[in-house]
Amino acid sequence: MESLPITIDSVSKSYGTYVALDDVSLDIQAGEFLTLLGPSGSGKTTLLMALAGFVRPDSGKLLLGDRDITRLAPNKRDIGIVFQNYALFPHMNVLANVAYPLALRKMPKAEARRRALDTLARVKLEGLSERNIAALSGGQRQRVALARAIVFEPRVMLMDEPLSALDKNLRETMQYEIRRLHDDLGITTIYVTHDQREALIMSDRIAVMNSGRIQQIDTPQRIYDRPSTRFVAEFMGEANIVAPGLVRRIDGADASRATLMIRAESFHLDEKLVGRDGIALEGTLRAKAFRGENWLLTLALDGGGQEVLVCIPAALASGCGELATGQRVTAYAPAAKVHPLPETIA
Amino acid sequence: MTATADPALAADALRERRFFLSLSLPALFIVGLAAILPILWIIRQSFLTTGGEYTFGNYEKVLSSGLTWSALVTTLELSLATLAICILLGTPLALALASARPRVANVLMAFVMLPLWTSILVRTYGWLVLLRRDGLINAALTGSGLTAEPLPLVYNFTGTLIGMVHYMLPLFLLPVYAAMRDIDANLIRASSSMGASLGQVIRTVILPLSAGGIFSGSTIVFIYTIGFFITPAVLGGGKVNPLSTRIERTLSTFQDWGSASVLGILLLIVMAMIGVMFLAARRLSTRNGAAHA
Ligand SMILES: Nc1ncnc2c1ncn2[C@@H]1O[C@H](COP(=O)(O)OP(=O)(O)OP(=O)(O)O)[C@@H](O)[C@H]1O
Ligand SMILES: [Mg+2]
Repeated sequence: MESLPITIDSVSKSYGTYVALDDVSLDIQAGEFLTLLGPSGSGKTTLLMALAGFVRPDSGKLLLGDRDITRLAPNKRDIGIVFQNYALFPHMNVLANVAYPLALRKMPKAEARRRALDTLARVKLEGLSERNIAALSGGQRQRVALARAIVFEPRVMLMDEPLSALDKNLRETMQYEIRRLHDDLGITTIYVTHDQREALIMSDRIAVMNSGRIQQIDTPQRIYDRPSTRFVAEFMGEANIVAPGLVRRIDGADASRATLMIRAESFHLDEKLVGRDGIALEGTLRAKAFRGENWLLTLALDGGGQEVLVCIPAALASGCGELATGQRVTAYAPAAKVHPLPETIA
Repeated sequence: MTATADPALAADALRERRFFLSLSLPALFIVGLAAILPILWIIRQSFLTTGGEYTFGNYEKVLSSGLTWSALVTTLELSLATLAICILLGTPLALALASARPRVANVLMAFVMLPLWTSILVRTYGWLVLLRRDGLINAALTGSGLTAEPLPLVYNFTGTLIGMVHYMLPLFLLPVYAAMRDIDANLIRASSSMGASLGQVIRTVILPLSAGGIFSGSTIVFIYTIGFFITPAVLGGGKVNPLSTRIERTLSTFQDWGSASVLGILLLIVMAMIGVMFLAARRLSTRNGAAHA
């Protein structure tokens, strides 16, 4: 099956005075798995619905391949969608739901049935084809929705927080399965989530959205290690934003003038684990918490009292148990893990 | 392992159930007084001669009369025709209301509901003014040259039907509109994203999911129209005689309580039969609907 690239070109959408999409541009390659990540209300669903044709943008262009679909009717766009609430038809059983898009295309009954059953097997639902939707668990519904979205071989697939209603274990299994399904079929996919771990695990690239704008679009690793804004840094895990002047270079050289982003887990308490070009932060211990695989220490930095989160893997933290609050602590981070935030560099 | 039930807790549960049942007593009392008693009285009347002796004569007289059966046919014709028009007009209207923006829908709904706040007598005579030979509609039609002669719009079946549809449409609309409004918008979006045209969305998603509302609306229309009296009496002009007007005629002209009671019982039986039919059809359709597309 041939999948298509998607081009979103300066798309804006307002509701009254509220700007839901603010000049959004995004290029998604054919066969790519791209995740829209952002907090609630950031415009993720609005962008997906604009692509699907259910929200009419105020301005901008949407392209599928080199075809302009901005004004194309939703039923002509050939886009598979998995809705957040699954949107399965309650008056049809599992098989009828999955065969629905095929029936619309006037496919002969027997062939539609065979294709639908094949697709159900692909999402591991063989044997449930005659069930009522009401008699399915959340995870099974999710799979039916997935099967229904891929059965007609759309060239683009949109998924709006498809796993948010599932419990943690099932969610992790489904993350893996959705990604595998994507790799098998090679459908260009836009996936929406506000779970940053899910985004990191599943995506080829992540587009971080906030207040209707795309903040950064990059590979998971670069989004995590090299965030371009404070918002992205803080949205992706435990980030410390440290003002210039609070940091000292271990080798005594001049420290950076930019605001720095250092992830909690980049720190060590042992100077020897960090190169000479690394940095040191000094402060007093405010709080400590044991989290199983690691310890989380909260330091109040000297000179201002800014708080910094330091996360030490339990395996390397034999001494953490004995630390007492109020005690002086120095945390070290290697130079490679110290990231000057671009937006703060004048 | 099953623990033995604590009798104190069981007693609490019983007391709670009794309390909630007791809330229905005042209503039961009124229903008993205002509905059951008169019906029993009518049943007794139907077996009495004017002289007060027991007889089957009323039944023989009424059931052997051609007028009774033609009245029954008229009753069913009026009800079915009203129902058909309500479905044909009301379903698209409900769809339009349900898909309108909330504020627009509220305004439109107020217009639809307005007739319900007007007395049926006022509305019926209102139609008379509009539909008469020299009424507004015929004046407009002949005045503009659309028709040479005034159309016979009233004092006949057509006029009665217009009045009945006007009365029933809002009552039909309410449950259908409610059912359609409750359909998850994402279901419609899903259908359309998979390639369904508007017609296909309506046929495969909206209508099946509002079938319950259409059923309720139809039941209401049928039960109401079976006993309609004022509209056929005024707009039928004596030429449209369903069971209800026959009952009235039997009483006012002949003071024949026995025959009127038999007619009343006949009406009751027709209503009950239709009610049971609707219930059965509904149960059947929901069972099939759940199993198949
Ligand atoms: N039809 C509408 N009318 C008015 N405002 C709307 C409408 N649809 C969306 N919005 C607003 O646009 C903003 C973006 O909504 P959107 O549903 O795209 O958020 P989201 O990123 O998907 O959030 P979530 O993670 O909670 O699903 C929200 O503030 C929302 O209130
Ligand atoms: Mg959303």
